[in-house]
Amino acid sequence: AASAPRPLPSSGPKSLREMPHPLATSSSEEMGPALTPSPDLLLPRSIADKDLSLPNGTPVDTSSPASSSSLLNRLQLDDDLDVETRDLFVTVDDPKKHVCTMETYITYRVTTKTTRAEFDLPEYSVRRRYQDFDWLRNKLEESQPTHLIPPLPEKFVVKGVVDRFSEEFVETRRKALDKFLKRITDHPVLSFNEHFNVFLTAKDLNAYKKQGMALLSKMGESVKYVTGGYKLRSRPLEFAAIGDYLDTFSLKLGTIDRIAQRIIKEQLEYLVELREYGPVYSTWGGLEVELSEPLEGVSACIGNCCTALEELSEDMTEDFLPVLREYILYAESMKNVLKKRDQVQAEYEAKLEAVALKREDRPKVPTDVEKCQDRVECFNADLKADMERWQNNKRQDFRQLLMGMADKNIQYYEKVCVT
Amino acid sequence: MEDCLAKKMEITVSEAEKRTGRNAMNIQETYTAYLIETRAVESQSEGQCAPVESLWRRYSEFELLRNYLSVTYPHIVVPPLPEKRADFVWHKLSADNMDPDFVERRRIGLENFLLRVASHPVLCLDKIFYAFLMQEGGWKEMVNETGFQLKADSRLKALNATFRVKNPDKRFTELKHYSDELQSVISHLLRVRARVADRLYGVYKVHGNYGRVFSEWSAIEKEMGDGLQSAGHHMDVYAASIDDILEEEEHYADQLKEYLFYAEALRAVCRKHELMQYDLEMAAQDLTSKKQQCEELATGTVRTFSLKGMTSKLFGQETPEQREAKIKVLEEQIQEGEEQLKSKNLEGRDFVKSAWADIERFKEQKNHDLKEALISYAVMQISMCKKGIQVWTNAKECFSKM
Repeated sequence: AASAPRPLPSSGPKSLREMPHPLATSSSEEMGPALTPSPDLLLPRSIADKDLSLPNGTPVDTSSPASSSSLLNRLQLDDDLDVETRDLFVTVDDPKKHVCTMETYITYRVTTKTTRAEFDLPEYSVRRRYQDFDWLRNKLEESQPTHLIPPLPEKFVVKGVVDRFSEEFVETRRKALDKFLKRITDHPVLSFNEHFNVFLTAKDLNAYKKQGMALLSKMGESVKYVTGGYKLRSRPLEFAAIGDYLDTFSLKLGTIDRIAQRIIKEQLEYLVELREYGPVYSTWGGLEVELSEPLEGVSACIGNCCTALEELSEDMTEDFLPVLREYILYAESMKNVLKKRDQVQAEYEAKLEAVALKREDRPKVPTDVEKCQDRVECFNADLKADMERWQNNKRQDFRQLLMGMADKNIQYYEKVCVT
Repeated sequence: MEDCLAKKMEITVSEAEKRTGRNAMNIQETYTAYLIETRAVESQSEGQCAPVESLWRRYSEFELLRNYLSVTYPHIVVPPLPEKRADFVWHKLSADNMDPDFVERRRIGLENFLLRVASHPVLCLDKIFYAFLMQEGGWKEMVNETGFQLKADSRLKALNATFRVKNPDKRFTELKHYSDELQSVISHLLRVRARVADRLYGVYKVHGNYGRVFSEWSAIEKEMGDGLQSAGHHMDVYAASIDDILEEEEHYADQLKEYLFYAEALRAVCRKHELMQYDLEMAAQDLTSKKQQCEELATGTVRTFSLKGMTSKLFGQETPEQREAKIKVLEEQIQEGEEQLKSKNLEGRDFVKSAWADIERFKEQKNHDLKEALISYAVMQISMCKKGIQVWTNAKECFSKM
């Protein structure tokens, strides 16, 4: 049966004052030389340089640019939550390539720092690959079907089109996986999920997975909803509205995605022409005596413009587009959840009807009906709560995303101006 | 420069008008006429202005003027006319001669041409030029009466000279080479610039789509709605801004084009030199062979093989009287030839001197103008970027209020 949402633990988490600062220990923060984590696209670079301290005065280790920006990222994420109550921090970083006889794949380091009682140790560091994240997500969907589970970056990549091991691809994926875990961490229910706990802590996840499969068949942990057979009478207005909203939302995001791609394409074509344009001034400069300096100057400027433009396009591709796509995926999975909710309601209504017809089965059916009713109400409540949270986060995400886009464009123009 | 016309007179090509009329072949045609306005610049500044004189001219008359000037002053780098047909266009601009933007740019080009001629120390004194500005009727006849078309060198002759000349002045050869390269590099530049403009246009315009979709999206949002909507508006502004930006850039392209055509004028001066030099070489050669002939006849020895020599050997010698007559004719010719050679030499040297003086003047003008053009181009680019920064900063502000 679906578990009722547990209240946030009121005792247990130490105040931020007492807790060892998550980033104070420098040992686990070494970054691979080849892949430096990019500061979150949301932040102006200047903050990374200043001397920072947490609101309560604890000095922050700013030796590596990543640490201060990711710290601020975390703080920004819980705009709504009281800083004092944050007791779980999760990061995904340090991608590494593993070459085995059977296959080649990438693992990411998942670092956890927490004061929660549910965890035996205050710190964990494990290695996970995409498969493991996928597994986690499925488990969450199964065990918390009434909640909105954040999306994962796309699973399948067409070989030959995208290089699975290219720096850009790996980095984009890492960011998405990091966001995935952070969203779960933020969720008052999902973050206490058993599978999530194991995912963060187990040295050997595969053993647990196998064990879980066996347990599954025995204990029927997941609640399976029958997908067929029940027709919904009337959908409550609010959920209908959410459904409509999600449809339009995905549509609009899809359009924006296409526009952004088109812009990048046009920019690249512009870049091609620009690359030919600059050298012609150089050639001309070679012909002239007095004018050769200014002409060379123009040529160099155009060269700089090319570089700046390249950076802009790259940033858009790496930071902007993936977030759009992620939200589209999010909307998709939300719609699925809505469908499930509909199913549950339908089942409930059908059973209710059945009860109305068969008046003898009173003792048995009511519990059944009650159960259904329970489910429906849980579902609705969970969904509503999740939607609100999602809306909030989405708003913030987009705000930062679009601001980031604007910023990038501004930076581009500023660079061009300077040259 | 104190005496040049430009200082004494204000010249503008102020208007352009579409006209229809019958041409030489009595066929109805549409053409554009340009209004040339002139006003004498008074030395006293009392607010007393001389009256404005004006007349209408069409492009073909400008062409006639320029042809006249090129032929009459072959040692001068004659300013070029704006292009006859729109070239190096990017897709948005039409190549239509009747297009108002094209006409406008041509008007500016024609005014520029007149000002250049009027500021040239030699050309501004020309009577035909003055009449072009002041006398509407009968000007064409006046030009044709100068018979300048007869003085024009045939293209074929000039081409021939280019290949056959043996000792042209090295500076001219270099200059010709330079003008070839200049022409090639500027046309390449203009072609690429047109493509660049095209692409840039595309980039800006696609951003306009953001405006629409943001607007649509804002309709379904609660808190994000206002921010999205106003940001969308800024995207529209951004997309629209490219039109003005590119129009300004056309002016820069026109400045480059002027020098592209100037390269042709430079080449013409070089060709003239080659032609004169070739003429000189031919005349010298002719003189040498005549002298040789004379000598042969006088001494009776045949130095070089000649058909005449052979036939005279075969068919009998000429009489001493005949020989004397021939020698006399030759001596006259030789004398003529020597005088001609002397004057040609003098002409050649004069030409080289005055041509080179004008070329130096031209070089200075070119360096000055192009430097200014590049600077204004850079300024344009900076202003474009500033606008970009403005728009995106505004958009960012809208986003931050979401």
